[in-house]
Amino acid sequence: MAKSVTLYGTSTCPYCAMTKNFLKEHNVPFEDVDVGQNRTALEEMMKKSGQMSVPVIDIDGKIVLGFDKKALSQELGL
Amino acid sequence: MRLYDVIIIGAGPAGITASVYAARKRMDFLVVTKNVGGQAAISADIENYTGYKFITGPELVQKFMEHLEQFNVQVKEGEPVTLAKKRKDIVEVQTEQDRYEARTVIVASGRRWRELGAEGEQEFKHRGVTYCATCDAPLFADVDVAVVGGGNSGLDAVLQAIRIARKVYLIEVKPELSADPIMVEQAKKSDRVTIYMNTKVTKIYGDAFVRGIRISRSGKEEDLPVSGVLVEIGSVPVSDFVQGVEKNDAGEIIVNCRCETSVPGMFAAGDVTDVFGKQIIVACGEGVKATLAAFEYLTRSQR
Repeated sequence: MAKSVTLYGTSTCPYCAMTKNFLKEHNVPFEDVDVGQNRTALEEMMKKSGQMSVPVIDIDGKIVLGFDKKALSQELGL
Repeated sequence: MRLYDVIIIGAGPAGITASVYAARKRMDFLVVTKNVGGQAAISADIENYTGYKFITGPELVQKFMEHLEQFNVQVKEGEPVTLAKKRKDIVEVQTEQDRYEARTVIVASGRRWRELGAEGEQEFKHRGVTYCATCDAPLFADVDVAVVGGGNSGLDAVLQAIRIARKVYLIEVKPELSADPIMVEQAKKSDRVTIYMNTKVTKIYGDAFVRGIRISRSGKEEDLPVSGVLVEIGSVPVSDFVQGVEKNDAGEIIVNCRCETSVPGMFAAGDVTDVFGKQIIVACGEGVKATLAAFEYLTRSQR
């Protein structure tokens, strides 16, 4: 079963763009949430991760902070 | 242990370009780096790299990497270097994960943001304190924020924040703002902006997230309740891990016009050095010089 992946980011953040590219390259479907536009989602992200910095990636409940290829590959089993 | 011809530390413009030249020279080498692209990867608009009237940082880095990836190059990404030093004729490179040896090294580790050095700063990093306003400014909608630093990047952050935040405090330790007047005028026009000159941030406080900062000016301390602290006070060279080479007062590695450091076999290129012109295109050129000089050094020492 494919893992459920949510990416919390902003439209201006370069690391978010890099993370999106990385996920697309590996054909990983993900929900793209712009926390700059969505206050509720921002609060959800802060609660889940304890962070106020993007990107935050939620992979089946496991949280990856920032564009970290190694951690992403590990959690996604790439 | 395998002895490489050269280990290239860093994969920003200097490191990637050095690597392209090393690959074409068929040198036996390894690239170790914390990340790919360095500061260039987070530059929004680039309008001064010849051949591109306009390109974004991530796109330019993508093109650099495509160029490099046509060669079979080992890039160890996510491996920050903790130590590089010369021992006899060999350069030792230690990373957080591993240890390598080479006959030469090219240090192209670039720069990272300067931190405030305020109490609580480490604790609240990514919990309201950010060094990438471009990334995180949109998170501070309808709250009060402080921007620290009156240079162009600080004013850029202020102008971004004005659009979404409630109140914006601009804090500058010096008696004047060094940003371009056009940006300062724009900031001053907004009734949401309060500017504090000659002011130091001494403490960042909060609970799970930032709740405020303590500022000090003319001997008096004051608390400003804010949810965000955008730190834009310039950058410092990432050179602490390099041992034995001469550095200037700013911590930059001193190089000559051949990118040679004070230690034979150790070369450095780009923004980590004292080179004039901290520009992407300059860093690329410096990377080339470092590889050519390292190649010559290897040829000479093999005779």
